[in-house]
Amino acid sequence: MSLAFDDYGRPFIILREQGSKSRVRGTEAVKANILAAKTVARTLRSSLGPKGMDKMLQSPDGDVTITNDGATILEQMEVQHQIGKLLVELSKSQDHEIGDGTTGVVVLAGSLLEQAESLLDMGIHPLRIAEGYEMACKVATAHLDSIATKWDFSPEEVEPLVQTCMTTLSSKVVGRLKRQMAEICVKAVLAVADLPRRDVNLDLIKVEGKVGGAMEDTRLVEGIVIDKDFSHPQMPKELKDVKIAILTCPFEAPKPKTKHKVDIDTVEKFESLRHAEQQYFIDMVQKCKDAGAGLIICQWGFEDEANHLLMHHNLPAIRWVGGVEIELLAMATGARIVPRFEELSPDKLGFAKCVREVGYGTTKERSIIIEGCPNLSAVTIWVRGGNRMVLDEVRRSLHDALCVARNLVRDNSIVYGGGSAEIACSLAVEAAADKVVGVEQYAMRAFADNMVRVEQYAMRAFADALEAVPLALAENSGLPSIESLTAVKARQLAESNPHLGIDCNDAGTNDMREQNVFETLIGKRQQMFLATQVCKMILKIDDIIQPSQYD
Amino acid sequence: MATLMAPNQGMLQEGAREEKGENARMASFVGAVAMADLVKSTLGPKGMDKILQSMGRGHEVTVTNDGATILKSVYVDNPAAKVLQDISKVQDDEVGDGTTSVVVLAGELLREAEQLVGQKVHPMTIIAGFREAEAVAKAELTAAAFSNAEHPEAFRNDLLNIARTTLSSKILTADKDHFAELAVDAITRLKGSGNLEAIHIIKKAGGALKDSFLDEGFILDKKIGVGQPKRITDAKVLIANTPMDTDKIKIYGARVRVDSMAKVGEIEAAEKNKMREKCQKIIDHGINCFINRQLIYNFPEEIFADAGVMSIEHADFDGIERLALVLGGEIASTFEHPGEVKLGSCKLIEETMIGEDKLIHFSGVALGEACTIVLRGASSHILEEADRSLHDALCVLGETVKEPRVLYGGGWPEMRMARAIEEAAKKTPGKKSLAMEAFARALRQLPTTIADNAGLDSADIVATLRAAHGADPGASRMGVDMIAGAAGDMRELGIYESFKVKQQVLLSATEAAEMILRVDDIIRCAPRQRSG
Repeated sequence: MSLAFDDYGRPFIILREQGSKSRVRGTEAVKANILAAKTVARTLRSSLGPKGMDKMLQSPDGDVTITNDGATILEQMEVQHQIGKLLVELSKSQDHEIGDGTTGVVVLAGSLLEQAESLLDMGIHPLRIAEGYEMACKVATAHLDSIATKWDFSPEEVEPLVQTCMTTLSSKVVGRLKRQMAEICVKAVLAVADLPRRDVNLDLIKVEGKVGGAMEDTRLVEGIVIDKDFSHPQMPKELKDVKIAILTCPFEAPKPKTKHKVDIDTVEKFESLRHAEQQYFIDMVQKCKDAGAGLIICQWGFEDEANHLLMHHNLPAIRWVGGVEIELLAMATGARIVPRFEELSPDKLGFAKCVREVGYGTTKERSIIIEGCPNLSAVTIWVRGGNRMVLDEVRRSLHDALCVARNLVRDNSIVYGGGSAEIACSLAVEAAADKVVGVEQYAMRAFADNMVRVEQYAMRAFADALEAVPLALAENSGLPSIESLTAVKARQLAESNPHLGIDCNDAGTNDMREQNVFETLIGKRQQMFLATQVCKMILKIDDIIQPSQYD
Repeated sequence: MATLMAPNQGMLQEGAREEKGENARMASFVGAVAMADLVKSTLGPKGMDKILQSMGRGHEVTVTNDGATILKSVYVDNPAAKVLQDISKVQDDEVGDGTTSVVVLAGELLREAEQLVGQKVHPMTIIAGFREAEAVAKAELTAAAFSNAEHPEAFRNDLLNIARTTLSSKILTADKDHFAELAVDAITRLKGSGNLEAIHIIKKAGGALKDSFLDEGFILDKKIGVGQPKRITDAKVLIANTPMDTDKIKIYGARVRVDSMAKVGEIEAAEKNKMREKCQKIIDHGINCFINRQLIYNFPEEIFADAGVMSIEHADFDGIERLALVLGGEIASTFEHPGEVKLGSCKLIEETMIGEDKLIHFSGVALGEACTIVLRGASSHILEEADRSLHDALCVLGETVKEPRVLYGGGWPEMRMARAIEEAAKKTPGKKSLAMEAFARALRQLPTTIADNAGLDSADIVATLRAAHGADPGASRMGVDMIAGAAGDMRELGIYESFKVKQQVLLSATEAAEMILRVDDIIRCAPRQRSG
């Protein structure tokens, strides 16, 4: 394989064996990959569900993160194995696409691969397994659509949204305050939602925080919070009904981009240069004043002289405001971002009802809160928490909840949680697996009969794999996992009620409708699609070549 | 291919470690409890100090019993211990005191939790119990707090008591009455604004701690320029932030190019002229004192001396902001409109001597809120520690002025909360009640530790306290009396604590304990390789 002969019979090497590369082939390779993926999935398994545990991660620099958000765990684990990295990507893409269910998708993928392993032992070709999974996935998602319910809400009636956010938050550290947090999230999403178009731009919701206080102090600011202070310590700390100018040019002497030199060779030139310089600052401030601005927000720094002139002219200013904040501010206050002083005019100014600076505790840290903007299109969730780790985790949790609320605004179909959807799909796939032979038999020729039957195994495996999610849920909640799963499964079959799931919260009922545990349909569907795709990809690999670690 | 023994081999980076399940929980318990034990012996009025030696050059030594300072300086590798380090820092930032208590309480909670886990109680159940206990404790604490904010006299007494209680655990304990007066005077001057920036603490080695004093004016640790008046009455002060060396040309790309020595002279003269004009403009403000954040070179200093203006250079940024606040002036950087710049003013500026050092003293300042506390002490270590202690006391007082509710000290709130929790635990069904009882035990560990540190018979005292609180729920005022070495009436002893601090201790400690309890897996990435 790796040795070839050219036209003259001289050997040349395509791939150096032994030396600098290591190589695994065939079933061996597939199995090695599956093992790697399983390991990653196993790490996340215990974080699933409302009673899931957290992971403590220490970064290379010694910083500690405590989280049970699947995407964050995988990202910070710094997985080195190639297949492990695939799963990290998988969780990330679920995070980007949906924002929630990042743990579930990895657990599902791990379980699918685990099932594939035993099929491989039976001698089934990896590609057959992959195709069987594909078919099963189609059946499962179709079934998901059929058991999904439309969940109607309006800006006045937000209860359904709050309920769904609560399901997401119940598995996080904020579980204690899930009602309060869920309401904050829903309010934030509805504030920025474009309901007729069914779209929500999450960039408009900033989740900011400061260490200190208690989680209870978390609140929604209907405006923007900037982690800066006024440029001059003696500027007023509170402004009412103020016109805002947003500038992206520094209050400094001009720096033309073309290379130039100003030569000074006489005293007169020196003098005139000095005057020009002073005049320049005066002009800048005057232009702002002429436009009628009451507050200057600038992306760049101020020269001391300019700073004092601003203060002198009663023009409060904030400097070094980041690009993202500038854009948000512009949107919220209705101001135009002005790149040059010359272009400043009254119609380009924004407006805010109240701008104030607030301090915290005994430190000197300050933030500026801008509230009462004409377009309530940007909001900030202001998070407080006892320590940095709690704070970060709350922020991540809120992000998940925001994503869920957004998904519901986009598509208001939901499925019931607590593993009920997985169990229902599992039953559907199993039933379909039996049928598949019959239907496909007509379509396929003689030898295809055999093939179809082989894939039947894969579909059954898929059904088994789906059960991993409720199984893990039950396990994490301290319930006898197999017993509770089989009980629920039997009831689902007997009552043909797809809303029965695992009773994680010890609420005394298995009906998820009564427990108000929902998940979004797109989230669940995406989980199945993504997990199946990754499995297919991993199963297709039959050769791993990697440079060995030692030279 | 990975072996069965270590399924993670090859999965994570080389050098990374993973601990799972029981092992992980064990590691975090051990780390957190060790951290709590480290600072435990510093708790209370008879707590001991620690010597910290830095690893850097000079091996500097700090002697302290401030929890936050100790924890900040200790290098830890255990992630759970880092969590405790963090809460102590936040406690310091948020309320300024109680930094040791919060770590000890979190450590005790985890110690109790460890036992429960050993009894096969699921961590989630423990967390649920802790949460309920926290809610009960918070309600009890709120009910127990009382406020004297309407009666200024009584309130001042409360403040004094709080200051004394806070200081009694610090190095200043010998002179706590003196320092409590100092701190309360300083805080009451702020008139409720709670702006600690107006209180300036200056440390000067020499003398005894008792010689420390509160100065009504403002003291700046800087020098007056050469040949300038050393004493000014009815001072008009211009506070500036402007270069007073050579004014650089700010226009980009400008450079001086000359072709003869004579020209150099001319330009130099022009430069000088420019500075002279600037100085003149400054003097035209009608001032007799000029304070600049940046350097003042000899040349402008000379001009000021000629005009009889006192000039003070290099007042750092904090100093300048504080001065502006105190003198009621603005920080100027341009001098074109003398009439419009707000000047600062004070009755008298003079040079004073403290110990061997000359300082500049501003008295009769516009803002009556400002004051300076001058600390004296035998060595710099003592001064540093005194500064930290006083800072704690000032923070607590500042918070109390904002939130005037107070509690008795000496373990009284803990005993009350513990009793209330046990009461509630009796009515709670399920395993949660076990966790609630554990919470109560952990709370009781605080008075136990205080008594232990003082060498008292803690078991006896805590049992007496428990009986007293049980017999007379909600009305008993019994706490640990350090001096008599027995249980005593806290009101008579005048041991008070701030409500805000206690509440924050309770909330942060529970949050941290919960955070650590939830962990069942620790993944440590490979340490970053440092080059060189």
